[in-house]
Amino acid sequence: MSDYAISVENISKQYRIGLAQDRPDTLRDLLTAGVRKVGRIFQSNREGRYSDPAHIWALKDVSFKVERGQVLGIVGRNGAGKSTLLKILSRVTNPTEGYGEIHGRVGSLLEVGTGFHPELSGRENIYLNGAILGMRREEITRKFDEIVAFSEVGKFIDTPVKRYSSGMYLRLAFSVAAHLEPEILVVDEVLAVGDAEFQRKCLGKMNDVANEGRTVLFVSHNMSAILRLTQETIVLNEGKVVMRAPTPEAVDAYLNMGLTKAGERNWSEGELAGGDPGFRPIALRVRNPRGQVVDTVVAAEGFSVELEYQLNEDISGLRVGFYMMTTRGEYVFTTFDTDDPGLYESFTSRPAGRYISRVQVPPNLMNEGRYLLGVNASTYRIKRYFQDDKALTFTVDATGAPGMHWPEKRLGPVRPDLDWKIEVVEK
Amino acid sequence: MPELIENRQIPETENLVTYLKPAKGWLSIDFKELWRYRELIYFLTWRDIKVRYKQAVLGIAWAVLQPLMTTVIFTVIFGTLLKTPSQGIPYPLFSLSALLPWQLFASALQRSSTSLVGNSNLLTKIYFPRLAIPLASIFAALVDFLISFVVLIGVMIYYQYWPGWNALWLPLLVLLALLTALAVGLWLSALNVQYRDVQQIVPFLIQVWMYASPIVYPIETIPAGIWRWLYGLNPMVGVIQGFRWALLGGAPPDLTLVISGAMVLILLVSGLYYFRRMEKTFADIV
Repeated sequence: MSDYAISVENISKQYRIGLAQDRPDTLRDLLTAGVRKVGRIFQSNREGRYSDPAHIWALKDVSFKVERGQVLGIVGRNGAGKSTLLKILSRVTNPTEGYGEIHGRVGSLLEVGTGFHPELSGRENIYLNGAILGMRREEITRKFDEIVAFSEVGKFIDTPVKRYSSGMYLRLAFSVAAHLEPEILVVDEVLAVGDAEFQRKCLGKMNDVANEGRTVLFVSHNMSAILRLTQETIVLNEGKVVMRAPTPEAVDAYLNMGLTKAGERNWSEGELAGGDPGFRPIALRVRNPRGQVVDTVVAAEGFSVELEYQLNEDISGLRVGFYMMTTRGEYVFTTFDTDDPGLYESFTSRPAGRYISRVQVPPNLMNEGRYLLGVNASTYRIKRYFQDDKALTFTVDATGAPGMHWPEKRLGPVRPDLDWKIEVVEK
Repeated sequence: MPELIENRQIPETENLVTYLKPAKGWLSIDFKELWRYRELIYFLTWRDIKVRYKQAVLGIAWAVLQPLMTTVIFTVIFGTLLKTPSQGIPYPLFSLSALLPWQLFASALQRSSTSLVGNSNLLTKIYFPRLAIPLASIFAALVDFLISFVVLIGVMIYYQYWPGWNALWLPLLVLLALLTALAVGLWLSALNVQYRDVQQIVPFLIQVWMYASPIVYPIETIPAGIWRWLYGLNPMVGVIQGFRWALLGGAPPDLTLVISGAMVLILLVSGLYYFRRMEKTFADIV
């Protein structure tokens, strides 16, 4: 028997992207495409399948091995190929190229609730979902009480799940998945769903699974969870494995990867059409303390936000500012470059030219999460030169933030490092 | 060195080795794997039936009422008003004996052809043999059929018709109807994954197919000879003719049943081939 639970070699996956004419989605398309195809027979080239712009490689030449009992993290930006990789490992889709071997049953917490039917009762759904996840009936019967207890739905077990609260629904779904006992467990971003209590349960279950010597693949955007649960991590970027290293090293590299495409926003002429020609925004950037333009910043280090812009005329009383918003639309703060009376005095009038207004966001201010930056350039109550409420999104990571020894999500958009004292009043 | 072999209990799944590789061309059907997933097929069938009659006051009684009501309509229109010949059999019995296998086929076909798209959330998230889905929808139709069979027995008692030994052929004829539905269902469900036009066509197809089968009229209406043979290319002709013969007597199915059987075989093998060929891309395009 091999010592590896998973071993894949040069796995690649190609997807077609939506060029309507290329992939017939209706019979009419098929018929028109058929006519075109006849004309193309004479100039067909076999390589075309791989190089034409209608196809993209979601994964390219991915190779790695996972030992039995190892807990491996997988990180990467959206679209880096994480989900595709998991789909291939769980055999939902076939690789386009390459070869792999998996030893043991693969269970995954990304399938929580798949196949649940709202009309059926909790009891019926446990059996149905269990069968879909690959459990045998006797196995489900044996674990039935345990599943119900874990889910805490209790006396509602014979009620159709469409009458459940969303919390009950999730808990029941998770308990079924959690009792699957696969040799290989794949966890994809479970931390993104459910309340804090539910997330704690997920993490706890993952720990149990890892301690039992099972193999775990853990995919997450949450670097602190990756750091806590895994020893080794793979970094995926644009469908390729760019790094495999001990987790702290890999996470560090991932956070500092030159992901310049994100973390910076430019405006096209089209977007600026109709705006005031006197003020031209050039770029909005988020930088980490080392000056790199990044998509993900670490809250504990602080970061800076800057707007580079061109003034084509002299403007007096101009102020350039940022709004920070959560992705749910709550404002965190608003700040302007001339808030400080000193700067306000020295920049009462700005002559035409190129400027950068940069603000330093102090360490331990923002909570982890995804945030939205808005930009505003105006003269108070006179004229708005430029405004973009959704200019750029970026991620704040909680690594090293206060209270990280508890694996929970903190409520609220800020996570300040506050001064606590504990007094013993009486012993 | 046998003493070195570990003594611990190895769960059967630990030795399970899965190979990931590009799917190429014709994959043979893994019946062993399908067998391992038999409980999934059972639960999917069970779900289809359960969900169909949930929150309906009459519940499973609908499986009985539907053929009964159709028989009444057919009897009034074709039997009483149009005076369609019925081989000397009372018209209600004549049409019901054909309606039952027909509805088995029609509902199996209807359900299986939309089954893959209806279960797309499963297809895109979990691996299991994809054949389980159309199979389960066909079994669900079979359960409906078995329940509605009670109606036929009732009507037969009413008209005092007692089946002879020929009735032993019924299971085989039911199987033939199911295989026909499966064969066409495999084609249509796989096509429907990519071309949603299919689900628009299916109700129409079923309607045309019904009039192309000897349900409201006797098979004798079709002139014997070459026309009857061509007519027999419709597998349901053999099934329905066989059903009437097995239950009510009359002309035994002749060459039509052989032609029907051969037709089913061709459809089934090609359907399985097409299904397996398309299977690997279901999750990507559904």
